[in-house]
This record gives sequence, C-alpha cells and structure tokens, in this order.
Amino acid sequence: MELFVFVVAAAMVLAGALGVVTRSNPVHAAMSLVLTLFGIAVMFVAHNAHFLAAVQVIVYAGAIVVLFLFVIMLLGVDKAEDLSVEPITNQRPLAAIIGVGISSIVIAAIVSSRAGLGAVGEGVNETTVDSPDANIRQLARVIFSDNVFAFEITSVLLLVAVVGTVVMARKTKSVGTGK
Amino acid sequence: MSTMLSVVQPTSTWYLVLSAVLFGIGTIGVMVRRNPLIMFMCIELMLNAVNLSFVALSSQIANIDGQVAVFFVLVVAAAEVVVGLGIIVSIMRRRTTLTVDDMSGLKG
Repeated sequence: MELFVFVVAAAMVLAGALGVVTRSNPVHAAMSLVLTLFGIAVMFVAHNAHFLAAVQVIVYAGAIVVLFLFVIMLLGVDKAEDLSVEPITNQRPLAAIIGVGISSIVIAAIVSSRAGLGAVGEGVNETTVDSPDANIRQLARVIFSDNVFAFEITSVLLLVAVVGTVVMARKTKSVGTGK
Repeated sequence: MSTMLSVVQPTSTWYLVLSAVLFGIGTIGVMVRRNPLIMFMCIELMLNAVNLSFVALSSQIANIDGQVAVFFVLVVAAAEVVVGLGIIVSIMRRRTTLTVDDMSGLKG
C-alpha cells in the first residue's frame, strides 16, 4: 500500500515538474505546478506530516498558484510562447548536463550514505503517537518554545514583504503634475 | 503479488532520490526558460524538493525539527513569491515583452 502511494505520488510530482518546464503556455505550467504540489502533499501525509500537508495545499496550491495565475492574467501573457528558438548557443544541452549532473551528484551522496542513515531510526516514526493530532501538537510545541523568536521574526518578514510589494506595484504619480 | 507489495516498502532513500530528481528538473527549468513567471515556478519546484527531503529525513530519524524547517521555508517562499511577482509587475509596466533576456539594463 505504501509502495502504491509512493508510485502514484512520484508520478504526479515528476509529471507536474516536467510539465512546468516544457509547457509553452504559462497557465498550463501553473496547472502542472498544482499537480506537483499535490503530489508533495500526498508524500507529506505518507510521512505523517499532516499539518504540513494541509499548509502545502492551502498556501502553495491555493494562494501561491492563484497569485501566479492572477499575475499571468494581469500581464496578459496567457499565450503560448515560442519555445523553438534558443537564444544562447547550446543553452539547452548545457542546462541539461548541469541539471542531470547536480541530480547525479546528490543521488550518489544519498546512496553512498544510505547505510548510516538507516541505522539511526530504522524507519520507525516515533512522532506518530495514537492521538490523531499528535503531529500538530508536537510541531506547535517545538515552534512556540524553541523557535519562538524565529516565528516572531517571520511575522516581520511577511509585513516587510507586503509593504514592499505595495510600494513597488503602486502606480507612481509623476512629480510635476501637482497631484 | 500482494505479498510482494507488502514486502517492498519505500524507504526514505526513495524519497530523497525523488527529491534530488525534482531539484534537477527545477534547475534545468530555471536555466532553460526565459519567462520570469516560469522561472519562479521552477524555483518553487526546487523549494519543494528540499521540503520533501526535509520531511523524509525528519520521519527517518524521528525528529520533528525537519518539519519545523519546512514550516519556515513555506513562509519565506510565500514572501518571496509576493515580492518577486511585484517586481515582475512593476517591470512589465514599462515593457511589452515578458522575457528575461530583455532585462539587460544593468549590463556593463
């Protein structure tokens, strides 16, 4: 059963990721991104990270993708762009080599360190207790005790982001008109 | 078949390999695509790859700190997207085409 969940979620994630990179229409790319984010959320549930799965769906698949779609519609770029031109010579082969190289190096590191990793927890997830909200309780305890300063700084970060965006996206009035 | 399915369990190594592949796809997308919106989506792919590896390892070593890190990554990603899209909108107010190659105003 876990294998089935992994295979389906991995297929969703990879299909969505390839869709984001290859689709020429930005709206289709955003929809592929939703597919990937849902696949990741399924994997979070498989790891008993229920709170993060909910936040993933609400914040990422909900808010962020809707924001992308708003900007796509606002700028009127919801047309397929021409992907056949390659502005820099050999850009795509080089990018493919670099991307596959990064993945290969990381995978090699993962596989070579697999033995030490398996010895630590042996796959047993002690974070799951009988209670259904054990994950949220544990997460809340750690966030509001050990990481409470980082949590408060996060609110400042969000405030700065909101104010900065309003300042940047506002129509700047020309100085000379007196209005 | 059912016995085989119950025997073969996906270990956290599988999830880590998947997240490495996802990160590579995101990297290729950032390098290949020229639409800044698509590049942002590819950055989201890379962030999600890292989040997936955080959660997989957190579950593997039975420590919730990885999930806390993912929580903060989510917040920072949201702020990053808001600011980035604001920049793109304000740039597009002066231009007509949406291509990063045209934004060469700082080129020496």
